[in-house]
Amino acid sequence: MTLRVRAASPAASASTGGSYADALRAAVGFARKTITITELEARRLRHDPTELITRALQPALWLLVFGQVFTRTRAIPTGDLPYIDFMAPGILAQSVLFIAIFYGIAVIWERDLGILHKFLVSPTPRAALVLGKGLSAALRGLTQGVIVYALAWLLGVHLNWHPLALVGVLGTVVLSAVLFATFSLAIACLVKTRERFMGIGQILTMPLFFASNAIYPIALMPRWLQIISHMNPLTYEVDALRALMLARGASVSGLGLDFAVLIATAAGLIAVTSRLYPRVVT
Amino acid sequence: MPVLETHALTRRFGTLTAVDNLTIAIDAGEVCGLLGRNGAGKTTVIKMLTTLLPPSSGTARVGGFDVVRQAASVRRIIGYVPQLVSADGSLTGRENLLMFAKLYDIPTRDLAARVGDALKFMGLSDVGDRLVRTYSGGMIRRLEIAQAVLHRPAVVFLDEPTVGLDPLARESVWNRVEQLRTEYGTTILLTTHDMQEAETLCTRLAIMHTGRVVADGTVASLKDAVGPEATLSDVFVHHTGTEMEISGGYRDTARTRRVARRLG
Repeated sequence: MTLRVRAASPAASASTGGSYADALRAAVGFARKTITITELEARRLRHDPTELITRALQPALWLLVFGQVFTRTRAIPTGDLPYIDFMAPGILAQSVLFIAIFYGIAVIWERDLGILHKFLVSPTPRAALVLGKGLSAALRGLTQGVIVYALAWLLGVHLNWHPLALVGVLGTVVLSAVLFATFSLAIACLVKTRERFMGIGQILTMPLFFASNAIYPIALMPRWLQIISHMNPLTYEVDALRALMLARGASVSGLGLDFAVLIATAAGLIAVTSRLYPRVVT
Repeated sequence: MPVLETHALTRRFGTLTAVDNLTIAIDAGEVCGLLGRNGAGKTTVIKMLTTLLPPSSGTARVGGFDVVRQAASVRRIIGYVPQLVSADGSLTGRENLLMFAKLYDIPTRDLAARVGDALKFMGLSDVGDRLVRTYSGGMIRRLEIAQAVLHRPAVVFLDEPTVGLDPLARESVWNRVEQLRTEYGTTILLTTHDMQEAETLCTRLAIMHTGRVVADGTVASLKDAVGPEATLSDVFVHHTGTEMEISGGYRDTARTRRVARRLG
């Protein structure tokens, strides 16, 4: 092994002044490291995919039990859509939420194992570490997407198989997973212990889910809950999924607004969490 | 010229001063040991020098770069093995190295060769494709050192590298650390509360007690200053007024036991 000490001269690495080539190199480096963090997760899943199967149980129960029963009782008015159609995008959104919102605990676990210390000591931008984790959650979220699609198809949900619609669903799932996983990481950086995180995670997940349009229309909610629902990113995720995933789906707030809310919220959270991230080890 | 130097480096946590006015300079190629009981401030020093923790006051430079203002440059020239078991047990040894090689910007065309060389150097070629959770404690530590030197750093920080290892595994880790110094001239700063480790590995020792360096020099010079027959334990007692023992609070004890449990 040729292990030579690298010359460590500050002058040698002095910035040449923000040229286009430097910016491009930095962007490529950022992308490469972000992908590496995601690749690490993919490799873990490849070695042990059992978690993906166990996680599929929850959406299956919601669709097969809750969905079937409420479709028969017709208790929730969903316009022209059968209830099972209305609900399927909500269950996909819920699966992504439940995977992503507990991502913070994975980071606390990595901190406790010392893995996170080494990431933070490496020349990897904090934002790349955070975005990479978000994309790792997206990877798991997409596997849930495949399962929800399969179940929905078996249950007779009228799905939109147009390639552009599928790309749109993929984009929505990725954006939402990044958003909620980053939110989760920010909480982990603040609470720092698994016990506290579990408590807060439970407190956050249910209100996010029930104060959204995932399993009933916003119009059915009391006014105060409608206001909260409009501030909840999950509502915009479900709205986009409903428009893109269903053959007769339509967006209530407009796909443009849905994506704008998801992108802006995710970007804001990445910026904040990148600053908070080193705090998790102090 | 020192490759690592600190001036009045201090870190406070509320009213507790974990590191108090630390001033040291370490030349290239030295293996400097920070010797002290749990809670002496050793790990806090390493955390500041590796950019994980900002100092409350004072300055530190590694390879000429300031650890606060030029943290990104510092990260490029250091390697770090934390006290905790930091290899990912759900990946193979080769994958562990590959991931870090990418994070350290090793060119794609060199990745396979560099990882293969690192496995060979640490005597892990035969087990490179096995999941790390099947490794022995000594193999895990050697893999972690391989991760830390993949990018050919100027300075390597080892935080209690042999805690939790049995004597044989400990010796195998010592051999590799010694090899890093003799063959490649790597500067190493390690923390330990193991007298034997300090004597075996360190070309220089700094004894830490309640956040301060109370003695600094070669093992021989420290012993000579205390008396003709003095052992390193005598030196430690002379300067700190306490025996070296596994001490520290609940957190330290829990961490040490967790590391020992994971290393088998």
